[in-house]
Amino acid sequence: MIEFLQQLINGLALGSILALIAIGYTMVYGILRFINFAHGDIFMLGAFSGFYLAPKIAAFLPTPSVGAGLVVMGISMAICAVIGVIIERLAYRPLRRSPKLTMLITAIGVSLFLEYTGQFVFGAAPKKFPDLIPVYPLTHIGGLNINSNQVVVFGVTLLLLLALRFVTLKTKIGTAMRALSFNPEAAALMGINTDVVISFTFALGSALAAAAGILYAVSYPAIDPLMGILPGLKAFVAAVLGGIGNLPGAALGGIIIGVTETLVSGYISSTYRDAIAFGVLILILLIKPSGLMGKKEVEKV
Amino acid sequence: MTAVEQVQNVLLKVEKVTIRFGGLTAVSNLDLQIGGNELVGLIGPNGAGKTTVFNLITGVYQPAEGEILFDGRSVVGSKPYRITARGIARTFQNIRLFSSLTVFDNVRTVFHLHLRGDIRHALWRGRAFHDEEESIAGRVMELLEIFHLEKLRDAPAKSLSYGDQRRLEIVRALAAQPKLLLLDEPAAGMNANEKTDLMRLIQFIKDRFKISVLLVEHDMQVVMGICERIVVLDYGVKIAEGKPDEVRRDPKVIQAYLGD
Amino acid sequence: MRFRHAKLVLLAALGLSLLVSLAADRIDPYVLFVLYNIGIYIILAVSLNLINGYTGQFSLGHAGFMAVGGYTAAVITNQFGALNPFASGVLFFGALLAGGLLAAVVGLLVGLPTLRLKGDYLAIVTLGFGEIIRVIFQNMDLVGGARGLSVMHGYTNFFWTYGMVAVTVYVVLTLVHSTYGRGFIAVRDDEIAAEAMGINTTKYKVTAFVVGAFFAGIAGGLYAHSTQFLTPGGFNFMQSIAIVVMVILGGMGNTPGVILAAILLTLLPEGLRWVAGVEHLPGIAKMHPLGWIGDTRMIIYSLLLIVLMLTRPQGLFTWRRKIAEAAP
Repeated sequence: MIEFLQQLINGLALGSILALIAIGYTMVYGILRFINFAHGDIFMLGAFSGFYLAPKIAAFLPTPSVGAGLVVMGISMAICAVIGVIIERLAYRPLRRSPKLTMLITAIGVSLFLEYTGQFVFGAAPKKFPDLIPVYPLTHIGGLNINSNQVVVFGVTLLLLLALRFVTLKTKIGTAMRALSFNPEAAALMGINTDVVISFTFALGSALAAAAGILYAVSYPAIDPLMGILPGLKAFVAAVLGGIGNLPGAALGGIIIGVTETLVSGYISSTYRDAIAFGVLILILLIKPSGLMGKKEVEKV
Repeated sequence: MTAVEQVQNVLLKVEKVTIRFGGLTAVSNLDLQIGGNELVGLIGPNGAGKTTVFNLITGVYQPAEGEILFDGRSVVGSKPYRITARGIARTFQNIRLFSSLTVFDNVRTVFHLHLRGDIRHALWRGRAFHDEEESIAGRVMELLEIFHLEKLRDAPAKSLSYGDQRRLEIVRALAAQPKLLLLDEPAAGMNANEKTDLMRLIQFIKDRFKISVLLVEHDMQVVMGICERIVVLDYGVKIAEGKPDEVRRDPKVIQAYLGD
Repeated sequence: MRFRHAKLVLLAALGLSLLVSLAADRIDPYVLFVLYNIGIYIILAVSLNLINGYTGQFSLGHAGFMAVGGYTAAVITNQFGALNPFASGVLFFGALLAGGLLAAVVGLLVGLPTLRLKGDYLAIVTLGFGEIIRVIFQNMDLVGGARGLSVMHGYTNFFWTYGMVAVTVYVVLTLVHSTYGRGFIAVRDDEIAAEAMGINTTKYKVTAFVVGAFFAGIAGGLYAHSTQFLTPGGFNFMQSIAIVVMVILGGMGNTPGVILAAILLTLLPEGLRWVAGVEHLPGIAKMHPLGWIGDTRMIIYSLLLIVLMLTRPQGLFTWRRKIAEAAP
């Protein structure tokens, strides 16, 4: 029982991180009907931003501390937001009228570029992420190990999701995002500046991915330029699981994948860990391609 | 409702067909019959369900209720490509040519339906293969010549003018050697001259190939001009059927089009 | 294109490769190694082109089929090898064939569930399948798992490699350039219209996957007996993407273009190494200050992809605007 709870908690923490990344995928898909392959690498860039920022921030703020953590996360999120917007502007916007395949291939190109340039600039060997926030062990009851990291991950994710909900439902630009996801042409005709909204969506998604990167690095301190590949793919599966284009669905999907993967890895076999997400993907696409909370898109003949 | 005339040697029989999409009943309790060598028109205001009827006949959709019989056998549950093999071919409302293929290849592709050889022959490239390819090439050119497209045979389909593309789509459908040809708004986007040519073309096809044609069309001039019989749909329900003159004067039809 | 003399050309190509093979001891072993690589990637690219290019099924898991073929052939020759030259030739052929057939079966298993998927989804699922295959091999003790598998016999030679290249190109070209084969392109251009014109789209898609996978498996077998060491990591999706880049560069559905692209991209690292002045001996690279050249290969690939998509998505080698050739 304790074992189960332990895995569950670990899974929830992992799932929260995946949820944050998944939301970025789903938002972009919602408005552009396009899978941003490079999204997972923004997650990686977030972690590396944190890595290089932390020592600089340590000059001003006591480290480790909550303050340092917040500042580093905030700045990393901003940096990655900008990177996301730049990528969209340079690589994706010119192709908006092109066939979907072209955009997909470009996204793959961007992803590879980020990964391998990362290896070139940062070095391929894993680096240890600095101790950014204080870690307090919380319980040891009967072997159940929870420390503050897991709570932090879950809590920060929750806060960010709530903030996102506020933005999408209550702000003008959030509403514009939703309008675009329903009907891009009508949105444009209604005077919505689609370019700005799209850039904003990328900025938002990238910021969340960066946050995920920092949270991940805090929990599993080894970072390397290729670290975004698997989480990126798993987060994509999460987005599909929840119903691509559906924000709460993506969050839910992330949690489910995180928990499932941790449980299966713990109870059945850890060597097949990475294949589980793909197995789930194949299953969903065979059984219910629109995902848990998505709606069917019928092609007009 | 005017009396439904007895259809001679029934080719297609749509019997009490209903289909729903979510909460919407697109076609309701439809009865429709087409006989051999008949030119029938299917008209109705936008959204009446006309293309849905096409999709039902060609197997793209399955009816929730009812039956569709072609040449005496049911087509319900059969995949579209099998239904085509049985003798129903169609064109589309938005032209769907094979854009990267040439005019020649667009038609030639359909001849795979009549291939006696298969993948092994294509790989072995023996006598039998070359003879058959020769014969197919001949038949493709024949068709292209009948419809005056032979000079464009090597042009990529997407480079053709709109009118030529529509004509090619019809020729491609004919390559399937259908007994029933379904034309979905072939006159869309045409000017008066083109429409007259189209009317003559359809009439020609019906006479020359001795097939039946079911025509969905918005242009009344075209419909009234060539159809022997017209079926009128409104909100998925058949509201009138009969000869062009009868239908034109039917108060229900007039109301459906002018509407409230 | 009727290719009236296709079979003769095939025979001539086979004969030629045999001749070169017999004279192989006069050629520098490193050059031979590069030539084998080129041949292997031509097979991979041309077979992927059938799936991606001609049939429009964007598959990102081709390395998985390669893995199946490679491991299968290696296990067979490891088990039954060390026979006299003639018998080993037969054995190798059998091993390659077995690898190809098993890969074809896997191709069937991958192709069937992916039929209903399009574009992005199809790409990700095939990538997923490729990864699942990799993970399975990583956990399979029979093939050494993550530690890798040593392939005892380096059976790959010029004849086998380029003989298979000839066969692959022959099959793909003759298949596509027939009335039957136009169906593949029809499925790519407009699936709904193809179905309406009597084409069994399912059968065509599955056929493309099965044939494509078969030849990828053969390429895998050749690869295994050339490098003589297999690791699951060598069949990850980076490998799949490397092959995809060749298909895109060459032009989807343009076999000659894809062949050229495969040659070019396989020679690229060699060319870069030559420019950097690094002596190229298999397994031994004299480190020059410009040893980073190897690492930048992927950076160049990725930039290439992006720039290509932004400027010339139809591929570098598509001279004719239309992709399909007209029949005579």
